[in-house]
Amino acid sequence: MPTVSVKRDLLFKALGRTYTDEEFDELCFEFGLELDEITSEKEIISKEQGDKKAEGASDVVLYKIDVPANRYDLLCLEGLVRGLQVFKERIKAPLYKRVMPNGEIQKLIITEETAKIRPYAVAAVLRNIKFTKDRYDSFIELQEKLHQNICRKRALVAIGAHDLDSLSGPFTFTAKRPSDIKFKPLSKTKEYTACELMNIYKTDNHLKHYLHIIENKPLYPVIYDSNGVVLSMPPIINGNHSKITLNTRNVFIECTGTDFTKAKIVLDIIVTMFSEYCENQFTVEAAEVVFPNGKSYTFPELAYRKEMVRADLINKKVGIRETPENLAKLLTRMCLKSEVIGDGNQIEIEIPPTRADIIHACDIVEDAAIAYGYNNIQMTLPKTYTIANQFPLNKLTELLRHDMAAAGFTEALTFALCSQEDIADKLGVDISATKAVHISNPKTAEFQVARTTLLPGLLKTIAANRKMPLPLKLFEISDIVVKDSSRDVGARNYRHLCAVYYNKNPGFEIIHGLLDRIMQLLDVPPGEKKGGYVIKASEGRRQCLSSLEGSIEKLKMGQRTCPNSL
Amino acid sequence: MAAHAPGAGSGSGCSGAGRDTPSAPGAAMADGPVADVLLRRLEAADGGLDSAELAAELGVEHQAVVGAVKSLQALGEIIEAELRSTKRWELTAEGEEIAREGSHEARVFRSVPPEGLAQSELMRLPSGKVGFSKAMSNKWIRVDKSAADGPRVFRVVDSMEDDVQRRLQLVRGGQAEKLAEKERSELRKRKLLTEVTLKTYWVSKGSAFSTSVSKQEAELSPEMISSGSWRDRPFKPYNFSARGVLPDSGHLHPLLKVRTQFRQIFLEMGFTEMPTDNFIESSFWNFDALFQPQQHPARDQHDTFFLQDPAEALQLPMDYVHRVKRTHSQGGYGSQGYKYTWKLDEARKNLLRTHTTAASARALYRLARKKPFTPIKYFSIDRVFRNETLDATHLAEFHQIEGVVADHGLTLGHLMGVLREFFTKLGITQLRFKPAYNPYTEPSMEVFSYHQGLKKWVEVGNSGLFRPEMLLPMGLPENVSVIAWGLSLERPTMIKYGINNIRELVGHKVNLQMVYDSPLCRLDAEPGPPQTQEAA
Repeated sequence: MPTVSVKRDLLFKALGRTYTDEEFDELCFEFGLELDEITSEKEIISKEQGDKKAEGASDVVLYKIDVPANRYDLLCLEGLVRGLQVFKERIKAPLYKRVMPNGEIQKLIITEETAKIRPYAVAAVLRNIKFTKDRYDSFIELQEKLHQNICRKRALVAIGAHDLDSLSGPFTFTAKRPSDIKFKPLSKTKEYTACELMNIYKTDNHLKHYLHIIENKPLYPVIYDSNGVVLSMPPIINGNHSKITLNTRNVFIECTGTDFTKAKIVLDIIVTMFSEYCENQFTVEAAEVVFPNGKSYTFPELAYRKEMVRADLINKKVGIRETPENLAKLLTRMCLKSEVIGDGNQIEIEIPPTRADIIHACDIVEDAAIAYGYNNIQMTLPKTYTIANQFPLNKLTELLRHDMAAAGFTEALTFALCSQEDIADKLGVDISATKAVHISNPKTAEFQVARTTLLPGLLKTIAANRKMPLPLKLFEISDIVVKDSSRDVGARNYRHLCAVYYNKNPGFEIIHGLLDRIMQLLDVPPGEKKGGYVIKASEGRRQCLSSLEGSIEKLKMGQRTCPNSL
Repeated sequence: MAAHAPGAGSGSGCSGAGRDTPSAPGAAMADGPVADVLLRRLEAADGGLDSAELAAELGVEHQAVVGAVKSLQALGEIIEAELRSTKRWELTAEGEEIAREGSHEARVFRSVPPEGLAQSELMRLPSGKVGFSKAMSNKWIRVDKSAADGPRVFRVVDSMEDDVQRRLQLVRGGQAEKLAEKERSELRKRKLLTEVTLKTYWVSKGSAFSTSVSKQEAELSPEMISSGSWRDRPFKPYNFSARGVLPDSGHLHPLLKVRTQFRQIFLEMGFTEMPTDNFIESSFWNFDALFQPQQHPARDQHDTFFLQDPAEALQLPMDYVHRVKRTHSQGGYGSQGYKYTWKLDEARKNLLRTHTTAASARALYRLARKKPFTPIKYFSIDRVFRNETLDATHLAEFHQIEGVVADHGLTLGHLMGVLREFFTKLGITQLRFKPAYNPYTEPSMEVFSYHQGLKKWVEVGNSGLFRPEMLLPMGLPENVSVIAWGLSLERPTMIKYGINNIRELVGHKVNLQMVYDSPLCRLDAEPGPPQTQEAA
């Protein structure tokens, strides 16, 4: 869940009123946000780096607000304020408009070299924008939030914003050999080749996370203007030449990526949020993007879509009885302008370009429920009549657990993941003989494999409890995992029972007795005859203590079994 | 039946436990010779007597008298005993030696003959080192360093007074008060004296004083019953302040005790248990079937354990897979879809399931294939796995509790109603619901409960209506809604048992003593002290 940090006073000024922390927390809760923390820059620095470093830092109160992962329109102060003001019916949701320029339209031409690395690009212009320090910071911060979330750390989409007045179109989005790309990147004083930059950024705490996206490609993506000035080398860094400042009046925004849908959403979000500060509020100047196949498209899309939902469907899904007019009003409060049409039961809902999260009627139903107030919904019990059944394996497990404890054994609960060593070397077994499933991306050796036996977990439990008085009598009934090509995923669980007796003397007869007791409980008689059980020595395992382990599934089916570590 | 009749409990002596316990030292001497003597002396005494004095007179250990006092006290009002503590100076072992044989310096002085003694030789004497420097500073002896065969020690005075020995003898004679404070502290510094606190009893006659006290029986024996002698025998009362002997027994693990309770709650509510005995799952069932897009962050290597072997699922229900693919990439069933290129390879990737919702998806798919549709209530509690950063409350594996209801026309109000009943059974009555986002439910709601200890609302679960994009490709009828909720088993257990570090609860590092000592799990009972501990 992304967290947006906003200055409290700035937020209240934009909301046109102040709130106590509790009131604002309540408002967030109702709207589906979470006021996660109230802090300040000073407090954050002092927490992370100590009081010394925090000296002189700003103590302006910051609200850290958790925003649902699909609400890209709430990732900045501008969007939050707009969402809350509309929710509280203090303003109407703005209508975002794409306009054609007076002069020539800005063009971005994609060459075919990009196809293999970053095939998509979209662009737009924010004309006559007025930045202040706070607006500028918010603009940069929004790009960062989008990069971290919908852009999947720039892998799917990367955003570049440029001072249009420092450039001259048309622009070219192409891909070149790294050694052939040379420019002065943001906040550097001289030119570097792309190869040099990739080396420099290896130690950059922020940028090093994005290098892998293009690092091993023969060609790197790059955008030039008509004079050969580098706008950006997506998804890594922009050029310094077209850097936006507080004085920038016209912003050229490009989004490049591997996911066309997301690139369009990201562009829509940025321009809808910041066109608020344009001379013609909420209007965005179009840009044209020419694809390698010659087709050209105009962006941003800023598409408004109409959906039709029946009022009774909303009522039926939420469990309320509101008139269609009221439902339309509720939806309008969620930035979904709605009106009742047709037979008086149909609601026509306009999905604005800011609400890419609305992809189905159920998303509309949810917004109606939020506006109605979740906690105002009447709780009822469904009339669903069902007979309960236990899963037979778990039922048997529950019965056995209690009788194991009644037999004086204490239940352990150990991890299903462990190291290869635990299930193989340490038991004198070769790993290839275990049929274990292997994990491809363990962060530590503790998570290399799923256990194929419960014994290592019990032994480790004993090792961690050596201070306890003897004897220790432990058991566990839980699942182990082995490869099995007859299953759809190629592996399956077995429910095992394992017990260990640990004392100064081996006490084989005690663990043997426990086995006899378990068999008695399961109504399996001793002896060679059909349906009975016998014990055989297992191969190759040294007898160092008394334990038994076996699959209770086999027992359940009445098969003859040989506990595999008695 | 009669043998176990009410009243045959602890008071009538069926059990001997709690009688001869360590908290009643000396009880065995209750009517021993010391007690007899004590009673006789007390009868003759004017007012009372001191336990330490009596011990000295009788020539027995003080502890023996104390034992007699305590056993007599236990009989009722025979005697009264008042605890007194007195401070006394005593000689240390070294002090005793000096009182007997003289101080080290005196012993050094005496060993020096008139013609003197080689210093090296003197130093070899037992008192040499300590005695030499003391005797020097007392100016009893001197050293002639110019002597032919090395330094030689001579007497300076003809005789001396051994004050140290004299003072120690005074103390030994019980006349420590005759010494000046300064003298005592000097001797203490030399570790010759110590001050000890002596606890003695001032014993006097009680209201039921008698010199003839009969022996108390510790246990009722079959002979007493058959002879009827129990009628006339006095019995020792039970010592209820002592701890009993815990029975030998096995114990169930606290987390699994809580699991049992949750199963019980679901069963009481008519929910059927889903099979969840497959830790290995394909990405398809874990994510794609739930309409979780393939670029979703949860599908990252950083969050999920993928398998190297077997790396891919061998079989997928291809008809259904195609419907899922279409829904993701193009939409359908009233959905816009996510509009991206859906890849089968990505869906085949095997992983350790990240939630039991994968098992719920399989169960709902099975349900969808059964015609006609029958309403269901399902639940599961089992392990799930996350490749997460570990801390005091997060492990790579934990247990997820999940409830699912599928029926025609279920509403958000129904979900809230079911949640209210479910949480009431857990003893949680104050609930409120917050809008939330979840890739496979819409509407979604987080469940918060008011925590009395923390004095704030805390999240206790997540819930919602499964998205139509998940249900319709399975083949469930369009007007069937499925409500679902989930929570972790560990968190309520940690709160219930007051455990702050999850490693103390789950895994091999568990403290078995904690397992032995953990009480029953009664979730709907009044919150006990652990909850207030959690608050701190």
